[in-house]
Amino acid sequence: MTIAMPQPDQGVLAARDGFLGELAAIVPPDNLVTDEAGLKTYECDGLSAYRELPLAVALPETTAEVARILDLCRRHRVKVVPRGSGTGLSGGALPLRDGLLLGLGKFNRILDIDYANRCVTVQPGVTNLAISQAVDHRGFYYAPDPSSQLACSIGGNVAENSGGVHCLKYGVTTNNLLGLEIVLMSGDIVRIGGKHMDSDGYDLLGIVTGSEGLLGVITEVTVRILPKPASVSTLLIGFDGLVPAGECVAGIIASGIIPAGLEMMDRAAVHATEEFCQAGYPLDVEALLICELDGPSPEVGELADRVEKIAGDLGARVIRRAASDEERERFWLGRKSAFPAVGRMSPDYYCIDGTIPRGRLAEVLTRMEDLSTRHGLGVVNVFHAGDGNLHPLIMYDIDKPGDLERAEALARDILTLCVEVGGVLSGEHGIGVEKRDLMGTMFSDADLKQQQRVKCAFDPDGLLNPGKVFPVLHRCAELGHMHVHRGQVPFPDLPRF
Amino acid sequence: MTGKTFRPADETELAGLVAWAASDGVPLEIIGSGSKRGLGHAIAADHVVDMSERAGIVDYEPAELVLTAEAGTTLSTIETHLGEANQQMAFDPPDYGPLLGHAAATATIGGTMAGNLSGPRRVSAGAARDHALGLEAVTGRGEVIRAGGRVMKNVTGYDVTRLLCGSWGTLAVITRLSIKVLPAPEKTRTLLVTGLTPSAGCRVMDEVLASPHCVSAAAWLPADMASKSDVGYVSSPGAAVTAVRIEGPPASVLARHDSLRSMLATHGPVEELHGHNSGVFWKEVRDVAAFVEPEAAVMRLSVPPASGAVACDRVTAAGGQAFLDWGGGLVWCAFKPSPGTATAVRDIATGLDGHATLIRADGELKAAVPVFHPQPAERRDLTRRIREGFDPCGILNPGRMGMVN
Repeated sequence: MTIAMPQPDQGVLAARDGFLGELAAIVPPDNLVTDEAGLKTYECDGLSAYRELPLAVALPETTAEVARILDLCRRHRVKVVPRGSGTGLSGGALPLRDGLLLGLGKFNRILDIDYANRCVTVQPGVTNLAISQAVDHRGFYYAPDPSSQLACSIGGNVAENSGGVHCLKYGVTTNNLLGLEIVLMSGDIVRIGGKHMDSDGYDLLGIVTGSEGLLGVITEVTVRILPKPASVSTLLIGFDGLVPAGECVAGIIASGIIPAGLEMMDRAAVHATEEFCQAGYPLDVEALLICELDGPSPEVGELADRVEKIAGDLGARVIRRAASDEERERFWLGRKSAFPAVGRMSPDYYCIDGTIPRGRLAEVLTRMEDLSTRHGLGVVNVFHAGDGNLHPLIMYDIDKPGDLERAEALARDILTLCVEVGGVLSGEHGIGVEKRDLMGTMFSDADLKQQQRVKCAFDPDGLLNPGKVFPVLHRCAELGHMHVHRGQVPFPDLPRF
Repeated sequence: MTGKTFRPADETELAGLVAWAASDGVPLEIIGSGSKRGLGHAIAADHVVDMSERAGIVDYEPAELVLTAEAGTTLSTIETHLGEANQQMAFDPPDYGPLLGHAAATATIGGTMAGNLSGPRRVSAGAARDHALGLEAVTGRGEVIRAGGRVMKNVTGYDVTRLLCGSWGTLAVITRLSIKVLPAPEKTRTLLVTGLTPSAGCRVMDEVLASPHCVSAAAWLPADMASKSDVGYVSSPGAAVTAVRIEGPPASVLARHDSLRSMLATHGPVEELHGHNSGVFWKEVRDVAAFVEPEAAVMRLSVPPASGAVACDRVTAAGGQAFLDWGGGLVWCAFKPSPGTATAVRDIATGLDGHATLIRADGELKAAVPVFHPQPAERRDLTRRIREGFDPCGILNPGRMGMVN
């Protein structure tokens, strides 16, 4: 582990027994984990290269319990790390040795399905997929579909502003959210939004979404649901080079088509997945696109024809349209198996997440190849091409001395490249601890301090998930101070008061 | 003392101005074109910062679906550029100029985002804030900040872009914005059902919005408002109108038109609007044309869509007039200005788990009734602390949102 976390508070560690005693008065013994074997279950999230044992784990079942726990922690100056299903890929739920891990897994009830208002209210531990399943029989679904949707919790989706393969057309979590209940470190319960469509006052829903568990603990979520599209058409398009594939993506969008999903895989990813699951992908292509169109039936057919024409004009080597649901699922099988397929090729892999302007795709992939050679580690590329979200998978072997460090260095170079071409450090996995120390490549000191002032408004003592997102921790008192340069008047003709 | 109007030449000059104002505690009113200046409480400011000259398209790449513009760029300038590439701002930015007693077509992108204002397509394409990708701004500390980016998918740091949308210039002066743009539909059709009560209209809107026909907008107008429309098909029946819009490739629109037409025919007489008329009608809905006459006070209620009809009936019972947009989720109300009625209308929103904003009112009414919906204590405190982080001296549009400072 090569990332520095805040120094544990020795006072908190020394007073652990007393704190646990008070905690036991709030949550029943079955919902409290304090033994080392039990704590080990929670030592990491989906970013398993970083591990730490928490002070203890509490698994509350009600908002009132959460409020009492946070109040207790604040009084004892115990840090709190919230956790949903622990599928996050940036270490947002990495425990702190002097911090309580707050597991929201027992918040697993669907509270209200409201078809008249086309929304569903759930507790944060409900999985993403469970929401769609609950409304499926009435022809509805919840649009954001991260690839971990079977396991990931909706609370975690809100914390990370999760996306998925369908977000170009349907948006990410923040665009599909109507209401939240959060608990602040003060123990205050704040309800934001509801079933109506716009916020009154500041957009607290917007600022809390994607705040990675640093502002409040989410205890209830209301999302909008959509009627399922009448029809779906999926195309598999192979190209001899990355450049025409990138041009095809741009051409589809410039022609006025917004596909429901538009994915790209490079040659290495095509070969890896084909070997793994025999999806029937062509092996003689440099880039493979999966283009999925959904909507009213006549529209989908017409747009699929147009996409085929665009691809054909760009010299696509392969154009296949799924003739059945089975074939459609096979097209997706390879893409969805990309991670395990790479997992079989390499002892370990590291999934990177950055976003670039679509137009820079070919350039970025070419430069990434150079970086991969320079660092001596292979990279397999899967890519949400429609919205410019890259997922390079770096292959390494944790048992080989120096390999993890080289993987981290390559990841840093790739993400810095994303920022350099006008992109961002994270499209959907969040910053967490993983990309924390790269924030300075994208934001100025003033930007980062202003973001931390937002945190100060929610959590003035900095007890909620510290050490994540921000490379440098400032005390709120210091951030609040304003440097006043009296006498430096940019408009000398102004009247002075 | 006479106030001055500052037109900062660039971000640095603006930052210097705001830093000076902060250091001397001089409140500033921030305006774009000023078309929405009357929206919000009176601002106790010494000087005006006019951003309307900070205008121009900085960058526009149609294939990236991203446009970057200076905050003072008018929506109409942006629309002209987008039109050349057959694209649009899908959130349907409204023009409240005439509603608020100003000229039409002067609203800026900065003002639109600062108010998070969205038109009828809100119900299908999302709000203004959903189309804001990133921005540059000068905080009340006189510091230049950047937030978000120029890409569709971004979870790098807090979403300060969205926080500034809807903050009405009380946190920072937005100087530049990157927005998501989308292809303009090739064809548009609107279906009208006449003679429905609010509750029947809401049931129809719910039915079509829950269907897979990709309805992009749904509104209900009472007979007296429908009769004021410039579109003959809307005004001539002399009856309430429920309108449903579909957009997309021609074959798709025609197929959905047929399906919807038979669905709607079970509820009442059906008429249809083609491209031009449809455009005129939805612009009337978007810009609240029915309430342009300046005598009445205007309030905007945001409620759960299924409660739209109840809200409408209650507003009527309280002596107001109302029409519905966003499939029932947006209730526009006009009433004879009086604190009692304004409070009664607001209470209707509260009672339905929604909120109300007093969009147009004279100074007297605004002195008696908060423009923005009063918030519970814990949310109000949070709001105040957020504002203090951005604008510790309280110099940006002080008082405009009322409860903030």
